[in-house]
Amino acid sequence: MKFLKYCLGVFITTCICFTTASYAEGILNIEITQAQDAALPVAIVPLKWEGSGAPPSQDISAIVNADLARSGEFRVMPTNMMRQLPSTPAQIEVPYWRVLGMEAVLVGSVKAQGNDSYQVQVWLVDTMQGQGKRPTSVADTNAEASQGPKVLFSKEFLVNNRHVRTLAHHISDLVYEALTGYRGAFSTQIAYVNVQFANPKKPPSRYVLEIADADGYNPRPLLTSKDPIMSPSWSPNGKQLAYVSFERNRAGIYVSDIETGNRRLLTSYPGINGAPAWSPDGRKLAVVLSYGNVPKVYLLDVASGNLQQVTFGTSIDTEPSWMPDGKSIIFTSNRGGQPQVYQVSLADNSIKRLTFEGNYNARASATPDGTKLVMIHRGQGDFNIATLDLNTNEVSVLTGARLDESPSLAPNGRMVIYGTVDSGRRVLGGVSIDGRVKLLLPAASGEVQEPAWSPFLS
Amino acid sequence: MFKKTLLTALLVSAPLLMVGCSSTGDKGATSTGGLNTDAYGSGVDNVKSEFGEATLDERTFYFDFDKSDIKPEYMAAIEANGKNLANHPKKKVRVEGHTDERGSREYNIALGERRAQSIARVLMMEGARHDQISVVSYGAERPAVQGHNEAAWADNRRAIIEYEAGGQ
Repeated sequence: MKFLKYCLGVFITTCICFTTASYAEGILNIEITQAQDAALPVAIVPLKWEGSGAPPSQDISAIVNADLARSGEFRVMPTNMMRQLPSTPAQIEVPYWRVLGMEAVLVGSVKAQGNDSYQVQVWLVDTMQGQGKRPTSVADTNAEASQGPKVLFSKEFLVNNRHVRTLAHHISDLVYEALTGYRGAFSTQIAYVNVQFANPKKPPSRYVLEIADADGYNPRPLLTSKDPIMSPSWSPNGKQLAYVSFERNRAGIYVSDIETGNRRLLTSYPGINGAPAWSPDGRKLAVVLSYGNVPKVYLLDVASGNLQQVTFGTSIDTEPSWMPDGKSIIFTSNRGGQPQVYQVSLADNSIKRLTFEGNYNARASATPDGTKLVMIHRGQGDFNIATLDLNTNEVSVLTGARLDESPSLAPNGRMVIYGTVDSGRRVLGGVSIDGRVKLLLPAASGEVQEPAWSPFLS
Repeated sequence: MFKKTLLTALLVSAPLLMVGCSSTGDKGATSTGGLNTDAYGSGVDNVKSEFGEATLDERTFYFDFDKSDIKPEYMAAIEANGKNLANHPKKKVRVEGHTDERGSREYNIALGERRAQSIARVLMMEGARHDQISVVSYGAERPAVQGHNEAAWADNRRAIIEYEAGGQ
């Protein structure tokens, strides 16, 4: 009963997200280019199909498998290596999985429930319990030996065929959290700008602001324009996207409702209207306005339209981003001669410089725990993604291409998605916050830039 | 770069050249202020009289990396456009600033605006009114050419004077 209630919750939130029923192939194809040595070995056993008709059109185990592999934190056992295919915890022969080094095994089944619906049961089983890795007492070990493998979770879902993919991502989230302690971000989305060129020797012919699932599937356009679109920023509730559009040859900051596509123009003053960033409470946007003079950071009250200037002087100030507590804003400024990252307190407008290493640090944003910044950093001539530890001031370069830019953190702070150039094309890259896992998400057509990772959506 | 642009300007503008000469005379450069004053100085008058108003058609100006000061060779053309605006108060221009793709997008928007503002200031020094000029920076968002190399970057670091409907 509890499961069914939960299931209903999943339905309601997912219906909002998926206004289109088609699950087209993703336009982003993910390639893992560098894996983590210490990745946790897990086995995702194909869920047993217990029906007479057609199984769901999407393969849940395959999606979970791909999600976990993409996170870089797991080494997922290839299905064709499995000599046993258990579908319940009781069927799991623990020694078999232990010999293979598997830390955990996901098993389960899918049953037809008529009317295009399915009952999905899954169990995550800890196969290393009692192997000196995680038991906390002798009693635990003894109990484990007599009771068999430890079930980390047991879940049951009722799902419509249209939402099988969403459910698979939800299962990935559960597995991820059970094994890493961090909330999974597989059910989130990304916004990005797709740029099309009719003629490579001419400016781009089309800019499309798109939203896709975090794995690149189900892309749908929010806005298409012949003029540039940039700087997408998610509202904290995930329902709106702020961005900059240059229609009618001038910059404007707009906000679009993601479900309806309705939008409104917030600012279009002479000069720069740029870099919108939602406050953690969703009431304000930090924006950059130049009024034809120099770009400065302002706070725009979304409801009233009131503006409050927070940085002053004759230097370039841009790329505001809120600290998680909402009490200060970090931004890029050339007040020291080169672009560096600064922090302004909203209590007294006092300013503190945060970056000192490298001659170009820009577009910084804070991790959810506020301990690190992720930013563009130039050390030896290349532009890369780096973190700055706010306690030690240590800069760690995470990426190694030439033109990495626009880093955006997953809401769990574990992965950064960013824009890069690979084989002469603008593509999205992903890198774990510790730099150990790297992946590329090339687009099927055109070029892709300026990714923005959504907040948690449920 | 400059050669290519100038050649194009001359080829395309041959008929306009005649019109330009007859409609607006060269009143001589009186302004000595502005950017790169050292470099532009006395030689500019000669360039102008040599090319006449042909420089009106030279409206794309290239910049060095991370720089927004105008190169001396472009001053005559920008001044000619400024005089043209001063002599035709109903004409309006949009000055677009662009950067190459390197670095941060919104920072590049700021840099592109500085380039466009440099051009706009020269236009106003020549008598163009504030309300004849709008400035927009596209940063790295509207590259003239695709490509991720020095040649493409040089082509993309530019500011452009675009006449609004009604032409020059």
